[in-house]
Amino acid sequence: MAGVPSRHKSLVLLAGVIILQVVLLAVQIKRDSQGRLLRVWTVGAVSPFQRAGAKGIGNIRGTWSHYFALQNTSRENEELRRENDALKLQVNQLQSKAAESDRLAGLLNFRQAQRNVPMLAARVIGTGADTSQTVYLDRGERDGIRRNMGVITPDGVVGKVIESYRDTAQVLLLTDRDSGVGAMLAESRIQSPVGGTGEPLLSMKYIPTDDTVNVGEHVVTSGMDRIFPRDLPVGIVTEIKTGRPFQQVRVRPSANLQRLEEVIVLLTLHPLEKKEPPAPAADAAGKSVGGTAAVNP
Amino acid sequence: MMNDAFDLRLAESHIEVHKFRSGAIVVSTFLALLLQAFVPVYIPKFAVLDLPLLIVVYFGLSRRNPSTGLLLGMVIGLLQDSLSGPTVPLGLYGIAKTIIGYLASSIGARLDTEHPAARFALTTMFFVVHQGVITLTRRLLLAEPEPWFTLRLLIAAAVNAVVAVVLFTLLDRLRKS
Repeated sequence: MAGVPSRHKSLVLLAGVIILQVVLLAVQIKRDSQGRLLRVWTVGAVSPFQRAGAKGIGNIRGTWSHYFALQNTSRENEELRRENDALKLQVNQLQSKAAESDRLAGLLNFRQAQRNVPMLAARVIGTGADTSQTVYLDRGERDGIRRNMGVITPDGVVGKVIESYRDTAQVLLLTDRDSGVGAMLAESRIQSPVGGTGEPLLSMKYIPTDDTVNVGEHVVTSGMDRIFPRDLPVGIVTEIKTGRPFQQVRVRPSANLQRLEEVIVLLTLHPLEKKEPPAPAADAAGKSVGGTAAVNP
Repeated sequence: MMNDAFDLRLAESHIEVHKFRSGAIVVSTFLALLLQAFVPVYIPKFAVLDLPLLIVVYFGLSRRNPSTGLLLGMVIGLLQDSLSGPTVPLGLYGIAKTIIGYLASSIGARLDTEHPAARFALTTMFFVVHQGVITLTRRLLLAEPEPWFTLRLLIAAAVNAVVAVVLFTLLDRLRKS
């Protein structure tokens, strides 16, 4: 840049740097490569701090809540004794136990139903440093996590692994615009992929106008994407708008994707079929029959 | 016209170029990226902030050298790209932050940007321009449909500007006296 006047040097540098990055973008699009080396370095530098932070926050939160829980219990007991409100306490305790039982039963059923699927629990330690819907887990290649593995919680589908590093994995959440899962309506078994919109609600894209969909209907995985087993909860239909040739169906995710702290990674890349739980035999049989008669759009 | 030019040069000569304690830029950048990728796990609304952008704006306005400003913007942008995962190609934030680094340094060299009101207004403007460049890049180079203007953008710009005023005051303490 010897011949360039000094006041224009920065402009020339600006143009050069931008052109360089445009070329970098073009190369990535053309070769479908994602600059893995730089990503590995950056994630490798940041993830130990994220991991330590997540652990620290977990410990602080545990100590904090435990301490205050004890204090509250003690204070509550005194107040309850004074006010002679033991019945109210009993009702609260029963409600809490019932909820806990439901949750544990759900977990047990889920684990039993998926007992042939290897799973790994992982903690969410970070998010993408942008507006895309991605999270980082504290497990990676060393734990057997590979790209395209499904990620769930007992409540429902979370997303899939899009990048696996040595000790960290990156998960694309279902709500991301580039995300999608093979799904179907639980009752009618009408199949349609469900995709993210970049917003909290998902979109069920290809439900023909003639088909009947009801608000509140459950959406489950169809297994057609070869990532998730069949019949995992995806979400609940919350909004339906007519359209041609397809209805615009909005789905609220079953898993709380806004507040994910622990998830389960399905450690398999093979298409899976869900084993029906043995207990509600009649129900399961009904669903299975419905499944075989599913309408393929 | 000549008077205007004279005033401008005079103004330039009075604007101080700030130096920072060693490692201040590196540590601030690292912390900004770390917080950006960590805090939203626990506080989802934190994602509305773009801390790496605020760092680019602050050091651009303070150092007032367009070349270093744009290079800092490029480095921070590329690091943010690489933390954002394969859905964001390397260069998307890099290009946007390069431009912001250049603009911030250029404006910093011409105006006094120490007043909180100036910082608020400039950060709002830079945030909107930054999002505009990202939208442009997504539309032109990646062929991804992206809305130009949303209410969320305005709210995010205002929130970032408010945080910038506080953050910049804290970062002022890293200057060499």
